[in-house]
Amino acid sequence: MSKIHVTTTVNGDPVEFLADPRETLLDALRNQLDLTGTKEGCGTGDCGACSVTVDGTLVCSCLMLAAEANGKRVETIEGMAKEELHPLQRKFIEHAALQCGYCTPGILVAAKALLERNPDPTDTEVRYWLAGNLCRCTGYDKIIRAVQDAAAEMRQDHRGAA
Amino acid sequence: MARDDVKTGYKLIGTRPNRPDGLDKVTGRARYGADFSLPGMLHAAVVRSPHAHARIVKIDASKALALDGVKAVVTRADLPTGLTGEDLNLQDNTLAGDRALYDGHAVAAVAATSALLAQDAARLIEVTYEVLPHVTDVDAAMAPGAPVIREGVADYSVPEGMHGNVARYMEFGHGDVEAGFAAADIVREHTYKTEATHQGYIEPHACVGQMGEDGRGEMWVCTQGHWYIRRMSAAVLGIDAANLRVTPSEIGGGFGGKTTIFMEPLSLALSRKAGGRPVKLVMSRSEVLRATGPTASASMDVKLGMKKDGTITAGQVYFRMQGGAFPGMSPIGEALPCAFACYDIAALKHEAVEVIANRPKAAAYRAPGSPMAAFAVESLVDEMCRELKLDPIEVRLKNGATNGSKSSYGPVYNVIGLKETLEAAKDHPNYAIPLGPNQGRGVASGFWFNHGGETSVSLAVGEDGTATVMIGTPDIGGSRASIGLMVAETLGIPYEDVRVNVVETGALGVNEPTHGSRATFASGKAAVEAARQAIAEMCRRAAADWGIDAEAVEWKDGAAHPAGPNAGKHPPMTIGEIGSKMGSTGGPISGHHEVTAEGVGASFGTHVVDVEVDPETGRTTVLRYLVVQDAGTAIHPAYVEGQYQGGAAQGIGWALNEEYVYGADGRLQNPVFLDYRIPVASDLPMIDTVIIEVPNPGHPYGVRGVGETGITPPLPAVASAIAGATGARIRSLPCSPPKVLAAIKAAKG
Repeated sequence: MSKIHVTTTVNGDPVEFLADPRETLLDALRNQLDLTGTKEGCGTGDCGACSVTVDGTLVCSCLMLAAEANGKRVETIEGMAKEELHPLQRKFIEHAALQCGYCTPGILVAAKALLERNPDPTDTEVRYWLAGNLCRCTGYDKIIRAVQDAAAEMRQDHRGAA
Repeated sequence: MARDDVKTGYKLIGTRPNRPDGLDKVTGRARYGADFSLPGMLHAAVVRSPHAHARIVKIDASKALALDGVKAVVTRADLPTGLTGEDLNLQDNTLAGDRALYDGHAVAAVAATSALLAQDAARLIEVTYEVLPHVTDVDAAMAPGAPVIREGVADYSVPEGMHGNVARYMEFGHGDVEAGFAAADIVREHTYKTEATHQGYIEPHACVGQMGEDGRGEMWVCTQGHWYIRRMSAAVLGIDAANLRVTPSEIGGGFGGKTTIFMEPLSLALSRKAGGRPVKLVMSRSEVLRATGPTASASMDVKLGMKKDGTITAGQVYFRMQGGAFPGMSPIGEALPCAFACYDIAALKHEAVEVIANRPKAAAYRAPGSPMAAFAVESLVDEMCRELKLDPIEVRLKNGATNGSKSSYGPVYNVIGLKETLEAAKDHPNYAIPLGPNQGRGVASGFWFNHGGETSVSLAVGEDGTATVMIGTPDIGGSRASIGLMVAETLGIPYEDVRVNVVETGALGVNEPTHGSRATFASGKAAVEAARQAIAEMCRRAAADWGIDAEAVEWKDGAAHPAGPNAGKHPPMTIGEIGSKMGSTGGPISGHHEVTAEGVGASFGTHVVDVEVDPETGRTTVLRYLVVQDAGTAIHPAYVEGQYQGGAAQGIGWALNEEYVYGADGRLQNPVFLDYRIPVASDLPMIDTVIIEVPNPGHPYGVRGVGETGITPPLPAVASAIAGATGARIRSLPCSPPKVLAAIKAAKG
């Protein structure tokens, strides 16, 4: 089977690679682009460990073919910190909102997408938004607190900047 | 053992600094099992049996091997023969011999130049099966007429006349049980069942193995214990353990399920056959669920006698547990001692049998055996409390084990904190919140022994006055932070000046895995001893410099100080000054400690849960949840809370949703996370925690170990809360909506 030439932007960088027609975006990110921060937990779209955004939309990269990313803008966990950590990343460390840390990249990517749409969510809104991101270690308590603390700080910064 | 340096007012212990691996884990840089790659690496796939029980008549790999890029196929014929005991069981589970024993049992493995190609090749390997009769249910497996799935599994303990699938039998007890029941006002007896559940770590098993024709190899693997991986893999492959070097990756959860091997030796066998090229093997989620360690399923009879004032006069249990198709894997040896561990009862009788069935080889899962035992015993205690209209916490206080009690399984408890957890639960605001319609409250206590185990730790003082600690227990939930805190406290230096590394098998003596809630206890205890050794040497270096006896030097606040009137006046010599000069004062300064750690302190907990049950659908919503548990000393309280909350969430999942569902064909019906549904964020409330600190006298800072007890009480607590909400008692987990709805209808008559 001939491969497909894919040209895309990942975390702002232009990249191109040859994708097997059956290759998922998750596998291309991990195996072709060495962006192993995005994890596979299930391969069936049930656990959210592979969460990335494509043109701003939160997706499970295990459910998307690499070829479908052609011409799109992909953001992964590796692009989340700019000169310094994103407030969500910092608050996850401060609140001990991770134990094994395997689900953490996906949860951070998903939580960032939430706060971009809804900067002041209720706990219930956070819980339902993150319902597609499985964590087996924490019981979610500290994750919810970290997201809310980051959201509060980001609202404060936003007001300060305005 | 005396607690040798009880201190109050610790500088660092009990604080909540950032974990050292936090930055890597929030940026995606942390490397887990599947994140490791090597030049020239091949990818592997495994062929698995679609049958619960079948004779393997023929394996034909010719079509697979004819594909360009396919480099090696391994079947059982490639593994050595002559293994016995558990080594043979491990080999049989790694690759089936003449028979596949469960749906998902590995039959062959193939390595190719890409993962997709390996999967294609696996589909081209033709296996001819002769399907055999199977059995998957614990009670069915020992019923008359059930097929004997393996001959000769019974060990010496099994009495004559039991079914051929019974592998082990246990019994113990004390006191006169019949007299105890006769003295009771009420005697009640019921059967309780729990289904198998999976640890459900989000990271699937993954490894990269490399082995040349000289039989020497390396492996990079996600594991709770790389010395276990080394020993077991070497045994399966018939090589010496010293020929294998195993490096642990960061680990994406384990909960006991990553303390053993499932497919790791295959990467080495394939590598050797493929001319020494490294081979990566990563399981899919369905492979994880079908073929790696779920916990046992259990069927349990419990009988209790109680007086009207709540005094428990006697107890009796008979547990039946199946741990898959291999003997020795069900946790009867833990479940029985845990059954009444929270109680001080005059007469007890314990009996259990282990049964094999056509299911995957069970592995440890967080407090193995204790959650099932608690479901049976704590549920019946709750039923009798409700019948006699007694407060469940008062009844547990009345009958609870305490300091100096002889435990239900023999040893005398030293200093324990069960009653402290009960008092704190009783005083907590959650226990007084009024309940509304369709709401109920459940209470249960739980226990885990905790464990010491083989432990080896090294510590090196740096030229800049920092300390590097090498431990052999992989860090699953923040143990590098807690061990760093204890070492920094001991050395009197900042937490940030201590670096704790989890190192490979070549760098330390043998370490048992991170299991038994032992990492912070045992590696921490050994690290403190190693730090004390380094302190003694630093005091000697300062003494030599000052020209006084080493006994005249004391260590405090990260520096050597002259002590006593005859030591003379010398300014303190800091660890940084000593470190910077150590090359010219006698060489590198380090400390080591190797021990099979003793002084373990058990951890008890009490949980209180409120639920609301929808009478129309039978769906249970957890409204609020309280975990109270004795940590001994909470070294890093945030990660202690994390263990409590995570254990509670797993227990809630076991109570409400999770179960292995087998069809009549013996195949697992729900091997994906959509159908094997673990709790998601929207299923749970905040999980309130209270950390009780009754220091363990056997640890320099009072640590007990907190990882496991928390999964134990949720099973009975949730079922009891549902009983409170509905009047219907569920004695068979999970309390899924259809089952709850049926129980509500039955209770209404």
